[in-house]
Amino acid sequence: MVSEFKKALVSGKFVVTCELAPPKGAHLDKMTHHIDLLKDKVDAMNLTDHQSSVMRFPSLGGAILVKEKGGEAILQMTCRDRNRMALQADLLFAWSRGVRNVLCLTGDSVMLGDHKQAKPVFDLDSSQLVAAIRTMEKGKDLGGNDLDGEVSFCAGAIVTPEADPLEPQLIKFEKKIDAGAEFIQTQAVYDMDKFKTFMDYARQFPVKILAGIILLTSAPMARFMNKNIAGVNVPQNLIDEMAAAPKGGALAKGIEIAGRMVRQIHEEKICDGVHIMAIGKEETVPDIMAAAGVVRATAS
Amino acid sequence: MIRSITQPKPEEELNRLLADFNRIFIIGCGTCTTLTRTGGMEQVAAMKERLCQAGKMVTGQTVVPVACDNLTLEMMKEFDAGIQQASALLVMSCAFGVQTLARQIQKNIIPALDTLFIGKETAVGQFQEICTQCGTCIIGETGGICPVTSCHKGLVNGPCGGTDKGKCEIDKNKDCAWTLIYHRLKALDRLDTMRRLFGPRNYLGEPKPGKFEIKTEVDDHQSNRFLKKDG
Ligand code: SF4
Ligand code: SF4
Repeated sequence: MVSEFKKALVSGKFVVTCELAPPKGAHLDKMTHHIDLLKDKVDAMNLTDHQSSVMRFPSLGGAILVKEKGGEAILQMTCRDRNRMALQADLLFAWSRGVRNVLCLTGDSVMLGDHKQAKPVFDLDSSQLVAAIRTMEKGKDLGGNDLDGEVSFCAGAIVTPEADPLEPQLIKFEKKIDAGAEFIQTQAVYDMDKFKTFMDYARQFPVKILAGIILLTSAPMARFMNKNIAGVNVPQNLIDEMAAAPKGGALAKGIEIAGRMVRQIHEEKICDGVHIMAIGKEETVPDIMAAAGVVRATAS
Repeated sequence: MIRSITQPKPEEELNRLLADFNRIFIIGCGTCTTLTRTGGMEQVAAMKERLCQAGKMVTGQTVVPVACDNLTLEMMKEFDAGIQQASALLVMSCAFGVQTLARQIQKNIIPALDTLFIGKETAVGQFQEICTQCGTCIIGETGGICPVTSCHKGLVNGPCGGTDKGKCEIDKNKDCAWTLIYHRLKALDRLDTMRRLFGPRNYLGEPKPGKFEIKTEVDDHQSNRFLKKDG
């Protein structure tokens, strides 16, 4: 059974995904509200896995909630907290609960999060996790044993198009595709000319690429990302534009900028879609899409 | 030369470890902790001072040449009186030295230091962890640089998304191992090895705790003889 997200990917239409961060705690009202708000407006929702190594409600729990609400979930799985046995077990469980899409990540260092003394795992890396999924689909686990029952996932990974140095990043990107990644969601891109250069290279590979869009919420936030997030470069003109927004109007300006970028990617067919990360402002995703002129329900 | 790299335990922790003991014998090490200035003569003298000020009695002190050497026990014999008087030995060597003493002397043994890693001196006064003895060495395929150890996450298929301008996501003072490996393989025209997807690593090199016995020819002869006798 092909996942709805995969159908959207192969349909050739402009694909939109967004990101939901499960809560710190078991209080799910806010996440449920966001799921209800977004499930018919995007092709799939990513559930982050202890993003930035901050312990939260599990991505798998979030993905199941999305399924229960009738949405399409992309389960983010990092290799930070689970060894190959636990990762495979969670994939089996995810499959049994209707979760069909997985984004494979290595995961941030435990040291960057809120449980700094925890034991990091990293038994596998992102490319090996993609390969593990393909192995399981052939009916075998990583120990070479037969699996009882079939599983099948739409597996993806990430790339940082503006990594410095770039070539090692691109080598890893190609390895992820060799391992079987069908889609790639990129780190945030802001400089469309640079992104086009990346796409000129990336287009030769049999993989769908969704450009990462992080909603800017203020000029300081943009400067913070430039300083602290590897491979994210918000150009000065966008920072100036954010800074010039009238008081109380920064968010509207951020939505306008994000919408403008999505519009350009869509109209110029730069890549196959976008992955919108409106961190903490998930309810603005429809506004960003409206500003971009990309409004529609999930094709089904 | 490989060196055991140590740092003093936090003061509160050491105070807690020593809380039950009033008569202390202090042992430093003339090798690694002398070099790293964590357990040489000066530091032993300073520790004595500190303990006296805290109202403890120091029954003696010494800096043995190589604390992890089995000969250390011989060296300690001349301090027998001070050791017997002490209720605990405070050891300012790495944990190899601490354990060498603990195996041989029936006394409470308290480490004064935390052992950080086994390091290589890369420049005067600078040490780096370059191998963690994983048992399944892969550096024949990574340009002689160990990603298992030098990459914070031990990744074997290239850099993570946190790598930035040659530095690791956890510390701008630490090199990203995969940038180093990339430059090295590129210079050697061996980037093709970096393009190959490594499967999951074998963590069963030597199950912990590692144990090894040298098989000598004599042993082999003897076992042959036994076998013959049995047969
Ligand atoms: S791979 Fe690294 S840790 Fe393992 S033996 Fe080789 S150098 Fe040491
Ligand atoms: S930044 Fe480099 S060294 Fe640090 S964890 Fe990532 S790949 Fe490893």
